[in-house]
Amino acid sequence: MNSFDYRRPRNVAEAAAWLRDDPEAKLLAGGQSLLAAMKLRFAAPSLLIDLQGLPELTALREDGGGLWVGAMCTHAAVAASPLVRRITPMLAGLAHGIGDQQVRNRGTLGGSISNADPAACWPAGVMALNGTVCTDRREIAADDFFGGLFTTALEPDEIVCGVRFLRAPQAHYLKFEQPASRFALTGVAVARFDQGVRVAVTGLGSGIWRWQAAEQALARSFAAKALDGLAVDAELASGDIHASAEYRAHLAAVLTRRAVQHLLDTAAAVAAPQPVTP
Amino acid sequence: MTERSAMVIPITLHINGKHVGVQLAPSTLLVDFLREDLGLTGTHQGCDTAQCGACTVLVNGAAAKSCNLLVAQVSGGSIVTIEGLQPGDGPLHPMQQAFGKHHGLQCGYCTPGMVMRGVAMAGEGVPAEPDAVRCALSGNLCRCTGYRGIVDAVCEGMQQMRAQTQEVSP
Repeated sequence: MNSFDYRRPRNVAEAAAWLRDDPEAKLLAGGQSLLAAMKLRFAAPSLLIDLQGLPELTALREDGGGLWVGAMCTHAAVAASPLVRRITPMLAGLAHGIGDQQVRNRGTLGGSISNADPAACWPAGVMALNGTVCTDRREIAADDFFGGLFTTALEPDEIVCGVRFLRAPQAHYLKFEQPASRFALTGVAVARFDQGVRVAVTGLGSGIWRWQAAEQALARSFAAKALDGLAVDAELASGDIHASAEYRAHLAAVLTRRAVQHLLDTAAAVAAPQPVTP
Repeated sequence: MTERSAMVIPITLHINGKHVGVQLAPSTLLVDFLREDLGLTGTHQGCDTAQCGACTVLVNGAAAKSCNLLVAQVSGGSIVTIEGLQPGDGPLHPMQQAFGKHHGLQCGYCTPGMVMRGVAMAGEGVPAEPDAVRCALSGNLCRCTGYRGIVDAVCEGMQQMRAQTQEVSP
């Protein structure tokens, strides 16, 4: 990798000032994608600003009945958190499915959504749960945050501080893994709220995408059968050596049905009378 | 460019219990520092893309892939490598003993990473059962396909480690 300077800021404001001073500088979170990109010379920053250890970015707490996940929370911390399991259990499962334990011990929420890899898991969770991305200067709704491939609404000197999630007991994320990287070949997050349903699909190839036809059908009737006759247009997907566009589009529909069925089965199990043990 | 490439930063670390203070280029990867600068060649470099897990070490007690980590990122922290599990000529660490007993290796290339991952698992509350161990070991690849012995070894290694912890604590 090319040589670079490395610094740890005392706070987010100092990190933002360093970003403004040097247009070639980059923020370093867990580095699990950035370092790989630097080895391949896809990225060659002049300065890495390591955000580790800033207390303002590492909080994981209840937030007005919902959840606040600081940008520098690792996937492992989210996966192991009893608070996350209680308020937004889907996110604990999603975080636990990323990469492997070694990667989860380093990789972070903020790094993942700022990078916006088209096959990453976190964007699906943030989008389906309608999370609010909070930066050092504003709040951005998930729908406005994510652009296309590796693209977000972030300004060059803007820093993600964390994401606020509403309480969402009825949400589920399923992915079909690319077995070497464990990125999503295709992944689907389904979240059911009082006001409607959100379905976010990752892995199709051009960034996180909401399947609005499925959302409308599920809002009318929350059942796997409601999706009969609906298909994801393969034109929306890209193919590569791991899977064709048609296969990814097909998987999106299959995973959506399975996620819906899982939520219904789980709700039924909770509602069923418990056997009395003597 | 010359100015950039000449840049070094101060690094302080505890590696296998010993204090290390050096000046390094910020681009130095932990695996290269361990192997090339410190001669701790027990940590292996396999894929160099954070997939195979041969370079797994403990960073502040948590397993991490040292090929995908800058030394700068772990400065101020504590590193344990395979050499630090049981220094000296005494009996091997329980996880190492279990790998021997269950023949949890063939060529041995992946073994240091597997052992370090197994040691970390003991502290993560992973049940000492084959299915749970296979899942928790997903970041470590063995190209000799010796997983059966490895999984058995990690199960027993964790049991031994937990038994020892119980003996020590009241």
